[in-house]
Amino acid sequence: MAKQRVPAIEGWFEHEGEARLLGSRCGGCGTVFFPKESAFCRNPSCEGGEMEEVPLSNRGRLWSFTNNCYPPPQPYVAADPFVPYAVAAVELEAEKMVVLGQVVPGVGVEELEAGMEMELVTDTLFEDDDNEYLVWKWRPASAHGAAA
Amino acid sequence: MSKEVAVLGVGMHPWGKWGRNFVEYGVKATRDALADASLDWDDVQSVVGGGTIRNGYPGFVAGASFAQALGFRGTQVATTYGACASGAQAIATARAQILAGLADVVLVVGADTTPKGFFAPTGGGDREKDPDWLRFRLLGATNPIYFGLYARRRMELYGATEEDFAKVKVKNARHGLNNPNARYRKAVSLEDVMTSAVVSDPLRLLNICATSDGAAAVVLTSLDYARRHATDFVTIPAVSTVTPRFPNTVIEMPNFATDSAAVAQVPDTPFRDSITKAAYEEAGVEPSEVNVAEVYDLSTALELDWYENIGLCKPGDAEKLLRDGETTLGGRVPVNPSGGLSCFGEAIPAQAIAQVCELTWQLRGQAGDRQVEGARLGVTVNQGLFGHGSSVIVKR
Repeated sequence: MAKQRVPAIEGWFEHEGEARLLGSRCGGCGTVFFPKESAFCRNPSCEGGEMEEVPLSNRGRLWSFTNNCYPPPQPYVAADPFVPYAVAAVELEAEKMVVLGQVVPGVGVEELEAGMEMELVTDTLFEDDDNEYLVWKWRPASAHGAAA
Repeated sequence: MSKEVAVLGVGMHPWGKWGRNFVEYGVKATRDALADASLDWDDVQSVVGGGTIRNGYPGFVAGASFAQALGFRGTQVATTYGACASGAQAIATARAQILAGLADVVLVVGADTTPKGFFAPTGGGDREKDPDWLRFRLLGATNPIYFGLYARRRMELYGATEEDFAKVKVKNARHGLNNPNARYRKAVSLEDVMTSAVVSDPLRLLNICATSDGAAAVVLTSLDYARRHATDFVTIPAVSTVTPRFPNTVIEMPNFATDSAAVAQVPDTPFRDSITKAAYEEAGVEPSEVNVAEVYDLSTALELDWYENIGLCKPGDAEKLLRDGETTLGGRVPVNPSGGLSCFGEAIPAQAIAQVCELTWQLRGQAGDRQVEGARLGVTVNQGLFGHGSSVIVKR
């Protein structure tokens, strides 16, 4: 039986259809937050307002990048044998914010360059006997922009 | 009203990987600091401990743990926790008590025992509301991941090279060579650094600070008390523990994203710059007057960022300052004469206090072969998780 594909964390991203991070927007000042703020707005100049869920841009420019050459400690669930992976910090133009994410497997730091366009996908974070746990990742943007 | 307090005594327990109870290290550092001040435990009216989160409950109540070990005698007690700024918050608390006239003699002490390898979130269980747990769970974002992002950014913005980063390590290793409190006392070559294993590109093992056991203590007093008990002492005219201002546009541990700058106006002074700016303003001094600095070199690349953040040079000029030898012992403004985190490794709640110990020795002219000649004004700076930063000015 095929494993169930479930998000590794609920409510942080759309995992069916086009990959989108889910932030929140303050009804008072319009500031966007990721991860969501649901109880209050952190802008000190804002009088406050209702926070509503909002999908973030799924493309942006690579602000910086690095990688993990050694397995991170728990609670990260590292594959055995461990395969190094890159981590990207991507600047979203409309939101004027930088969002971190793993880079998809097979794209190492040598293939990354600051300023390049990146797009969001969903991919496997880890698996157990029943489920495949999904997370958002970045990859260099393709002309078609199809999500994995 | 003067905002100065006197540093009457300083003491440390050597950094290392000793594997003993953190309280033992704190007691040793305290006894050294009291001896240095020519005071007894009986003279201390208040104890402020820097908290540690990796040593169970005694670490959360570090002030009381140290006081108990030294022998409970009804002293006022407090504990501060502010990640890497814990020690500076303890100093700020002690200073406030002294300036408010609540105490004349306050002991500040921080100590840690650290596990091997990467720092990992403390406590067990699934904690989906805790960003420090989540950054490991969802990203595997260790501390070196953030250091690697800053280092790569510096290369992209200013053309820093891996050789520049390696030069910082070579410098700090040379500085700490004979520091009796340093954990690593070994000369390092450019080649050693540049052939060590990559941890988080572009940073290699020798570009990243270790995690250590260690302790540091200072005895702070009012100026009046100091004048009655000593003829020569250094003072602390300013302590900064400022938060960032919203929106903070540089990604920080343990966050997944920066604040959005789409609506709120970006502050004129970025967070790292604002930490020492507040301290300079409080002390009424200019960065150009600084003779010596102890900065938080979690990575070699980050030390270069600090040169600019604390006002030693303009953004983009840090590599030149380093290459010209200005920040090396013998240069215009030596940075990390102690050897820095590069030679010590992080013992979190002790680190900001250790920076003040080093500046005290420097300003008294007691730093031996790592002495910065004629130093009269020093600055410390550090930064940790959850928007914590600190800076302490020490002057003679």
